[in-house]
Amino acid sequence: MTTIAQPSADAAQPVLPGEVEEAMERRWRDAPGIPGFFASVDHKKIGVRYMVTAFVFFFLAGVQALFLRAQLAQPDAHVVGPQAYNELFTMHGVTMIFLFNTPVLAGFGNYLLPLMLGTRDMAFPRLNAFSYWIFLFSGLFMYSSYLFGSPPDGGWFAYVPLTEKAYSPGLNLDFWALGVAFIGISTTVGAINFIVTAFKMRAPGMTLNRMPMFVWSILAMAFMVIFSVPIVTLASMLLEFDRLFGTKFFLAAAGGSALLYQHLFWFWGHPEVYILFVPATGMISMIIPTFSRRPLAGYVWVATSLVAISFISFGVWVHHMFATGMPALAMSFFSAASLLIAIPSGVQFFAWISTMWHGRVRWTTPMLFALGFLLIFLLGGITGVMVAVLPFDWQVTDSYFIVAHFHYVLNGAVVFPIFGALYYWVPKITGRLLSERLGKWSFWMMFVGFNVTFFPMHVLGLLGMPRRVWTYSAGLGWDGLNLLISIGSGVFALGTLLTVANLVWARRRGAPAGADPWDADSLEWSVSSPPPHWNFTTIPSVAGRHPLWEGAALDEHREALAGEDDAVESMGGAGALTRTTPITGGLDTRPERLLVVPRETYLPFVAALGVAAVFVGMLVDAALVGGVGVLLGAIGIVWWGWRTEEDLV
Amino acid sequence: MTALPVPVQGSTVAVVPPQGSPGRPVGWWGMLVLIATEAVLFLGLLSSYFFLRAQAREWPLGGIKPPELTRISIFTVVLLASSVPLFWGEHAIARGRMRQLRVALLLSFVLGLAFIVNQGVEYRDLTFGWRDNAYASAFYVITGLHGLHVVVGLLMNLVVQLKAWKNRLSAERHLTVKLFSLYWHFVDVVWIFVFSSLYLSAHLR
Repeated sequence: MTTIAQPSADAAQPVLPGEVEEAMERRWRDAPGIPGFFASVDHKKIGVRYMVTAFVFFFLAGVQALFLRAQLAQPDAHVVGPQAYNELFTMHGVTMIFLFNTPVLAGFGNYLLPLMLGTRDMAFPRLNAFSYWIFLFSGLFMYSSYLFGSPPDGGWFAYVPLTEKAYSPGLNLDFWALGVAFIGISTTVGAINFIVTAFKMRAPGMTLNRMPMFVWSILAMAFMVIFSVPIVTLASMLLEFDRLFGTKFFLAAAGGSALLYQHLFWFWGHPEVYILFVPATGMISMIIPTFSRRPLAGYVWVATSLVAISFISFGVWVHHMFATGMPALAMSFFSAASLLIAIPSGVQFFAWISTMWHGRVRWTTPMLFALGFLLIFLLGGITGVMVAVLPFDWQVTDSYFIVAHFHYVLNGAVVFPIFGALYYWVPKITGRLLSERLGKWSFWMMFVGFNVTFFPMHVLGLLGMPRRVWTYSAGLGWDGLNLLISIGSGVFALGTLLTVANLVWARRRGAPAGADPWDADSLEWSVSSPPPHWNFTTIPSVAGRHPLWEGAALDEHREALAGEDDAVESMGGAGALTRTTPITGGLDTRPERLLVVPRETYLPFVAALGVAAVFVGMLVDAALVGGVGVLLGAIGIVWWGWRTEEDLV
Repeated sequence: MTALPVPVQGSTVAVVPPQGSPGRPVGWWGMLVLIATEAVLFLGLLSSYFFLRAQAREWPLGGIKPPELTRISIFTVVLLASSVPLFWGEHAIARGRMRQLRVALLLSFVLGLAFIVNQGVEYRDLTFGWRDNAYASAFYVITGLHGLHVVVGLLMNLVVQLKAWKNRLSAERHLTVKLFSLYWHFVDVVWIFVFSSLYLSAHLR
C-alpha cells in the first residue's frame, strides 16, 4: 500500500443552518449547573470525568511512590516507619491497578468508542453514568481509610493467612476487600456497555473487519473483564466473609485453603495485566499508523493477536505461584502457556515496526511516546519470557527483578501509551493542541527517568534485594543503585508534571486543533473538536477501514434512504433532532432498529449511592446503613426498570 | 425493498439498506453479557467447592452428613417448573394478551417463592452453622448466593407484574418481560449445577 493522505474531514459533516443546530443543541445539552452535573449521561462528559478522576488517583499513587523511594534512597533510613511503608506500597499498587490504569482506559474508551464507531452515544448511557459514580465512590471508599488511620497494608494482592482477622485485626483489609468488590461492579458494568456498543452501535457499513484497532482492543479487554472480574470479587468477598462473619474459606485448620485464595486472586490477576495492556496496545495501533502516514500493517493479524492474548491470558495465572510447590506437570503447562503469549505480542510488535518501516514517520510527541513504549515493552517482554521459565523464576521471585519486570510492562507499557494518547486525543476533547516543545521535554524526562528508575532494579534483584522490605543495611552492595533509582523516580515524576502543565497551558493558549489536526483516518476526526453533544449530525456510512483516507463523502446516501425505515432515518439530521441513533446488526452491519438516547437522569447517581451505602454498612458492620443502601439502590434500579419501555425500543 | 448501490471498497460510499428483521434490542444483549459474568461467579464458587473437597480427607468435613435429597429434589422440580409459565407469558405478551401474562407471572412467582421458603426451612433444620468449617462455609455461601438471585428474581417479577397490571406493556414494547425471563431462566439453570455439586455429588464416594 502506498501512503495515503486525503484530509476530507472538514467536508465530512454538513454545515447546518443556525436554527437547526440550535434545536439540536437544546435537545442534547444537559441542564446547567449542579443538577446537570449529577444527571448527565453524555458519554463524552463521563469519559472526561473518568480520565480526570483517574489522573487524580495517579497523582496520589505517584506521591506514594516518591515516599517509598525517599525511604529506600539510603540504607537504614527512617523517612517512614515499617507500618507506613506497608500502607504506602499497598495503596500505591491498589491505586495504580484499580483506580488509575483500569479507569483511565475506560475513560478513553467511553469518550472515543461512540466517536470511532460513528454513533451518538454508548448502548447504555445511563449504565455508563452509573459505572462512573461507582468508580468514584469506590475510590473515595478506599481512600477514606486514611481518615481512620487504617489504609490497607497487606500488599495489593492481600494474601491470606496474613490478611485474616487473627493476624490483621484492624479495618485496613476490610477497606481493601470491600473496595475491590465495590470497584468490580464499575468495571463489569463498563465492560457490558463496551461489548454491546462495539457489536450493536457501529455505523452502517462498519463491519467488524473495518473497526478501528482501538475498538478491537477495548472489546478484547471487556471480554477479559467479563470472565475474570467475578473471580476477584469472589476472592475478596470470601476473604471479607472470613473476616466479618468468621467463615473458614482460607483457614487451613478448619479445612480451608490459603492456596485457593491465590488461585482465585490470580485467575483474575493475570488477565488483569492484559486488561490494562491490551487497550494500551490499541492506542499504539492508532497512533503509529497516523504518524507513519499509512495503514496499520497486518490489521487482521493484529486483531487476531488481541483475541489470542485474551484467550491465553486465562491459562497463565499459576506463573504467579511457581514458588508455592505444585505438581511439576501443572507448572510446566503454565510455564508453556506463559511463553506462548510472546507469539501474539511479537506479531503486534512486528506489525508496528513494519508500519513505521514502510511509512513516512513524523516525530510528534504521541509518536515519541509510542516509540518509547516499543523500547520499554521490548525489555518488559523479554524479562517476562525469562520469569516464565521455572528455574529462573525460582531464583528471582520476590526480588526486585520482579518489581522491575512488572513496572516495565505495567508502568512503561501502559502509562507511556496513555500519555501518548493524551497528546493524540486531548486536542479532540478540548479543541486545543498541546505544546509539542513541552511535550517532547516531558517525554524525554519520563523516558530517561523511567529507565534510570526501573532498569537498575533488575540488577538489584539479581543482587538479592527482596521486595516489600522497608529498609536494608548498608554494605550489601545495594546503596548506590538505590540512590540512583530514587533520583530517577524524581525525574520521572517531574516529566509527568510537565504534561500536566502542558494540559493546563493548552486549555487557554493552545493552538486551535481543527477537526483533524493529524490527518488521521478514523471517524472521531470527522467531527469538530470538541465534538457536538450529538457527535454526528449525520451518521456516516462506512466503506473501508480508513474512512477519512478513502475520500468518501460520508453522508451521500442519506437522501436515497430517507423515509424508508426508522433506523435509517435516524442516521440523518432527524436522528440528531430526536435523540435517536441507529442500532446495526448482521455481518454487513445494516441499520436494524432505533436506540432512543435517554435523557439526563439522577437514577444512576441514586443507585450508585445506594450501592455505596451497602458497602459502608458492611464495613462498619451496621445493618441500618446497609439496609438504607439496599433500599436506595433498589428504588433507583426499580425506577430505572420501570421506565425501560418508554426509553428503549 | 428497493435496489440500492452495492457496497464497494475505496472511494465510493457503501449504501446499506435496512435489515429485514429488526434484530434484538441492546438491552437483551446487555442482559446476556451480565448473565455470562454471573455464570463465571458461580463457576468460581463451585470450583472452589471442589478444590476444597479435593484436598479434604473426608467430605463433608467434621462429620457433617451429606445433605438430604428427597425434599430438595422435589423443590428442584418446583424451581425448574417456574420457568415454564414464563415461556408461555412471553408468548402471550408478544400477541398482546395481557391477562395471560399476568397469570403466567403470578404462577412463576408462587413456584419461586415456594422454593425460597423451602430453602429457609432447610437452613433452619441444618445441624451446622457457616462458621463450623470450610465445607459449611461453602455450603451456605453457594446456596445463599443462589437464594439471593432467586429473591432478586422474585422482586423483578413483582416489578414486571406491576407493569402488567398498570398496562405499561404491549405487544410491541415489553423488553422488561424478556429481560426478566432471561434472568429467571438463568437462575433456574444455575440451580441444576448447584444441586448436582452440593447435593448429588456429596453422596458420591
